[in-house]
Formats: sequence, C-alpha cells, structure tokens
Amino acid sequence: MSSQLVQPSEEYLWEQYEDRKQQDESYLVGMWTFLSTEIMFFGALFISYAVYRYKYPEAFYAGHEYMNVALGTINTAVLLTSSLTMALAVHFAQKRKRWMQIGMLVITMFLAFGFLGVKFVEYGDKFREHLVPGYNFEWNQANVNRLEASTAPINIIPSLKAGSLPADSAISHDAQMYFIIYFAMTGLHAIHVIIGILIMMVFIVMLVANHPSVRYHMPMEMLGLYWHFVDIVWIFLYPLLYLIPR
Amino acid sequence: MDTHHITPISVYVKVYVILMLLLFATWAISRIQLGPWNNVAAMTIAIIKATLVFLFFMGVKYSSKLTWVWATAGFLWLLVLFGVLIDYMSRGWIPVKGW
Repeated sequence: MSSQLVQPSEEYLWEQYEDRKQQDESYLVGMWTFLSTEIMFFGALFISYAVYRYKYPEAFYAGHEYMNVALGTINTAVLLTSSLTMALAVHFAQKRKRWMQIGMLVITMFLAFGFLGVKFVEYGDKFREHLVPGYNFEWNQANVNRLEASTAPINIIPSLKAGSLPADSAISHDAQMYFIIYFAMTGLHAIHVIIGILIMMVFIVMLVANHPSVRYHMPMEMLGLYWHFVDIVWIFLYPLLYLIPR
Repeated sequence: MDTHHITPISVYVKVYVILMLLLFATWAISRIQLGPWNNVAAMTIAIIKATLVFLFFMGVKYSSKLTWVWATAGFLWLLVLFGVLIDYMSRGWIPVKGW
C-alpha cells in the first residue's frame, strides 16, 4: 500500500491553494462537514427509533413481523455491492481510466435502481396490507389478511393464536408508531438514494463528454463519500427494522 | 511532493467479501434466539461493518489528521445525542408527581 502520484501537481490547482495536498484536504473537510449534518439529520430519527422501541417493545416486534426479511437482506447486499463499485469508480478516477470509471458508475447506478425497485415492491405490500399510517392503517385488517393468507400456524399476537380477533387491538396505536418510523427512516434514506442516482447521472454525462470539471478526481471522491454514507445508514437500518428479536 | 493515496482494488474486494460475510452473520444470528444478546450481536456487527466502510471505502484510514478529526466529529456527536436515553432509564428513579 504505497502512495502514488496521481496527477501532476500544477494541474487543477486552484489559485487560492498552496498545493494540491492542501486543496484535496479542503475538499475532504468540506464534504465531511456536510456529512456531519447528515449524521445529525439521520441521528434524530435513530434516537426517536430507540425511544419508541424502548417504550413499545412488543408493538415493534409485532410490526417487524410484517417486514420481508428476504427482500431486506437482498437490498443490503445490493447496496454493499454498489458501495464496492462506487469505490472502484473512485479508484479508476484516481488512475484516470475514464471509461472504467464510467462503467463502474453505470453499474452503481443500476444497483441503486435495483435497490429502489425492491423498496417499491416492499412499500406496495405495505399499502395493500393496510399498514400505511395516515393513509390506510388498520392493524386488525392487516392481521386478518395475514391470517387468511398464511397456511402456516400464526403466532403474531396471542389473540390471533387463539383464533379470535379483538375488536380493537391494544397494540394497534403502538404498532402504528413502528410503521411511522419505518416509513420516515426508509423514506429519507430512499430520497438520499434518488439524489445519489441524479448526481451519478450528471457525472456519467459529464464524463462521457470529457468535461474538464470531472477530469480532476476529487469531485468523484466526494460522490463516493456521499454514497458510502448512504450505505452506512442502511447498514444500521437493516438490523433495526428487519431483525427485531423477540 | 504531491501525493494522493490510491487504495488497490484487492483491498476493496477483500473488504467487500468481509462485509458480505458479516451481512450473512447478521441474518444467521437473528435466526437464533439469544434474548437481549440478539440486539448486542446485531449492533456490534453493524458497527464493525460501518467502520470497515468508513476506514476503507471512504478512505479515512489513509487521510490526514485533520480529515480524521472532521470525519469522526459527527459520529462522536451522535454518541452524545444517545446520552439522552439515560433520561428515559432514570426518570423513574426519583418519584415526582405528574411525570
């Protein structure tokens, strides 16, 4: 692991900087300042998740039973893979292999679309199952649907196991909180994925045109940092939303 | 000297393989009933995965001290924020009317 000379020092050195080292560092510090605000942004949601899960452990367990763990796991793998291809895109940008960089960005973009596609299917299921707060949330209806659809023995909540449905489930309100947090967190994350795709599109177009702004590798590194941050958020969302233990 | 670290492809691929193995581990452990230890295991693995992405994919391992400070500051702030949870645990310790 050795340091290599990427580009001649004088090239792409803006006049306010001493040298490229100082310039590259200020790119990184600027981007990390932005990412710190993103940590605060998502951090507030993570803390509300923690508070409500502490308060309503049973409802969170019951709500998570409606998550499609297979799709969630696939999406985590898709996003981790897209992080690898993004890292490779940055690698090729540093080595000035433009077409390899474009290729890796295109793969990353398709993986990001794949992620959103899976999320689309998952959201669709939640709409059908009456699990969208503020739109059609009906906990009992969701449980009836689940009971009818399932051939295996059901053990979501004790009343269902007994075969009788209470008029109003005691945990309906609390379970709704789980879905509010689910949609807020995955929704905000999905918005970040969409923004990432848009920036990737701009980069691909500019790289194909060989625009001078993207010949310098630091802007590409900034896109990489953003994308890896989005990946880190999902690394935590996956176990917190999909894998709640009893 | 104007140098910039370039992480070799082999390092990225190794980190990726470890990340995928850890993903499988997260899923596998969630299938076993360990009580509260399920949470501990899931969060420990998530923190290891995030650290790998942070150090290698985001390249913080190879960056300057100033970047280190800036990059870790946000996460340290998050730890401070989670200190709020102490209030939820300790509020019942001293009985106060109306709480």
